[in-house]
Amino acid sequence: MSDITSAPPQVIQPPAPPKAGWTKARIAGHALMGLWIVAGVALVLFLITSYDAEFYDRYTPKFINGFIVTLQIVSLSLIIGAAFSLPLALGRMSRNPLAAVPSYAFVYFFRGTPLIAQTFLIYYGAGSFRDALDSIGLWWFFRDAFNCVVFTFALNTAAYQAEILRGAIQNVAKGQSEAGESLGLSRFLIFRKIVLPQALIVALRPYGNEIVLMIKGSAIASIVTVFDLMGETRRAFSRSFDFQTYIWAAIIYLVMVEVLRRVWDKLEARLTRHLEPDTSAR
Amino acid sequence: MSRMKWMAAAVTALALTVGAAQAQEMRKIKIGTEGAYPPFNNLEADGSLVGFDVDIAKALCAEMKADCEFVTQDWDGIIPALLAGKFDAIIASMSITDERKKVIDFTNKYYNTPPAIAVPNDSKLGGVMASDLSDIRLGAQSSTTHSNYAEEKFPDADLTLYPTPDEYKMDLANGRIDAAIDDVVVLSEWLDTDDGACCRILGTLTPDMKINGEGAGIGIRQGEDELKAMFNKAIDAIRANGTYDEINKKYFAFDVFGS
Amino acid sequence: MDQVWTLVSFGDEGWGDEIARGTLLTVALALSTLPFGLLLGFFVALAKDSNEPSLKRAAEIFTTIFRGLPELLTLFIVFFGVQILLRQFAELFVENPTIEINSFFAGMVALGLVFSAYASEAFLSAFKGIPSGQYEGGFAVGLTRFQTMRLIILPQLIRLALPALSNLWLILLKDTALVSVIGLADILRQSGIAARVTKEAFLFFGIACLIYLVLAILSSIVLGGIERWAKRGEAAR
Repeated sequence: MSDITSAPPQVIQPPAPPKAGWTKARIAGHALMGLWIVAGVALVLFLITSYDAEFYDRYTPKFINGFIVTLQIVSLSLIIGAAFSLPLALGRMSRNPLAAVPSYAFVYFFRGTPLIAQTFLIYYGAGSFRDALDSIGLWWFFRDAFNCVVFTFALNTAAYQAEILRGAIQNVAKGQSEAGESLGLSRFLIFRKIVLPQALIVALRPYGNEIVLMIKGSAIASIVTVFDLMGETRRAFSRSFDFQTYIWAAIIYLVMVEVLRRVWDKLEARLTRHLEPDTSAR
Repeated sequence: MSRMKWMAAAVTALALTVGAAQAQEMRKIKIGTEGAYPPFNNLEADGSLVGFDVDIAKALCAEMKADCEFVTQDWDGIIPALLAGKFDAIIASMSITDERKKVIDFTNKYYNTPPAIAVPNDSKLGGVMASDLSDIRLGAQSSTTHSNYAEEKFPDADLTLYPTPDEYKMDLANGRIDAAIDDVVVLSEWLDTDDGACCRILGTLTPDMKINGEGAGIGIRQGEDELKAMFNKAIDAIRANGTYDEINKKYFAFDVFGS
Repeated sequence: MDQVWTLVSFGDEGWGDEIARGTLLTVALALSTLPFGLLLGFFVALAKDSNEPSLKRAAEIFTTIFRGLPELLTLFIVFFGVQILLRQFAELFVENPTIEINSFFAGMVALGLVFSAYASEAFLSAFKGIPSGQYEGGFAVGLTRFQTMRLIILPQLIRLALPALSNLWLILLKDTALVSVIGLADILRQSGIAARVTKEAFLFFGIACLIYLVLAILSSIVLGGIERWAKRGEAAR
């Protein structure tokens, strides 16, 4: 049965051909591209002229270490956050105030305050509560800056992921769960087999964005003494005063984000290949 | 006198006054300091800068007849800020090291004190040898000779770097780190306060010339030989005329100039 | 509890006035960055929407860079890098130049660049949401390109882009907390100093978080009002 509530397929117009000759736009475009090329060449020249074998020998292993620490922080936070986001999303959608109110408060707090403030709150706060934490035997965990950072980031991403999940679940057409009910499936089974898979497809793009945001946010760990990529960069700069440390850090972060974006786009294309082509504006 | 002679006298007098006025025009020097390193430089609650470094700077400026203005800057960015022209000299207990000499220039030293290690009162650590300090958490301020010392001499320790001394002191007090390394004077001064009652000095370390340098000097941009000469002359002057000793006595019971 | 009230009070004893000043600085920073970010984002969106491939490519490189770099790194690069660059440039002309990039300006530029990269995406989808008939109608009535843009397109653009831009404003408010790292006396830095001196870290950072929440709530109220104003021409659904 065709779904008659969907709009008739849109006619996709071919894009207008670019105007011939040197329009203002063309001049501006070439000028700006020229600027980018000059900047890129200047950057490469800068890196070549500041080539210092000693610098590379000394700092490459440290940068690699920092990169690995960043990957650890990002993956641990995302996975733990994802696990926590499911009950949180359910709590947000629940009609029971005992579940709904704390979930709302949690999500509001962690999405409404800056990640760096949350990190300071937990890292320095744990330090000032040392005795209390000792007495309940948790000090060993919060003693380590890495743990504090992963803890904070996990809670933060759980809040964002809960909202993504909630939006996606609520976006799945009601007809889907009604069909499941008419087939006699339990609520749990409907959720697991019908609603959740479709929700996850809708949630793919925002999830990808969240991973990118977590990679970028992980740089904050360097402020509380963690030697992630940003931390090693700052340490290298403070000893060598060589600006290329920041350039290399920028390149590595950009590559990380771009690789992730492309992989994610391919993943999304593959997982949605059974759906109609998306003709909406991007 | 004839007209001509009057004119000549008037012109000479004018030239002399103008010359005198020029000589009185004071050189403006902006001095950068951290403001978080008591007792050498510290920002009071009301925003004023106090400390040994600050008093020495003021004395030098008086000696050089210069108009000095102080600018506070976070330690990590203090050398880039000097290079960018935010100020003209760094008087913030910055040690003269070869590594730093690659980017900036220094005057002669104005004091020299060794590093030391502080631990909590109940610490079980035996001494300050590398073997005693392996496998412990050691804290230091980043971008300092002390953090470099820790990296070189205590490679088996787990080193944590902090942006300001206040933060490693906090973490030493609450147990996040087992020991902290910094200048012996800075640590002693802290231990005398209420916050430092938790801890004690484990021992003083023998400075390594390559790491700790010749002592604390005034950092200036490379190529500013005139400024360097002015400062050096002023340092010698206040050493000779007793101003240095006066300031020294105000803060310390011993001579910080060192050898 | 008494002690807590003294710590937070205004005046010599308490840190209330320092934190209030920090709040003013945070709001000032966000408000100064906004016009810069919006304007730049608008022009980048125009470039991306154009038919000219080189212009599109140049704009895309811009957004890729500034959406891909961590904001903290952008801040450091602008703060340290631009100072060094300007000084080296000025050294070609003047001896010993004093170029001072004020931390506030560095923060504004860095946050503005990041904001504009994201805002350009919001404007772009808004552009795509305006039917071409609107442009054609403008030309048919005899308006110049600039007049069409100003009188017909822009109001619709604002209405379409508003939800995304409101979200970006809230993110900007939170990102201002990063400038505490380059020494600006914003909410986070002032609370940090208070926390360090009084050893009451949880209290002061908790207050900082609460202030950010209050600012977010106030912003939502104002933005809701703006949204209602922007939608005033629409028929009730």
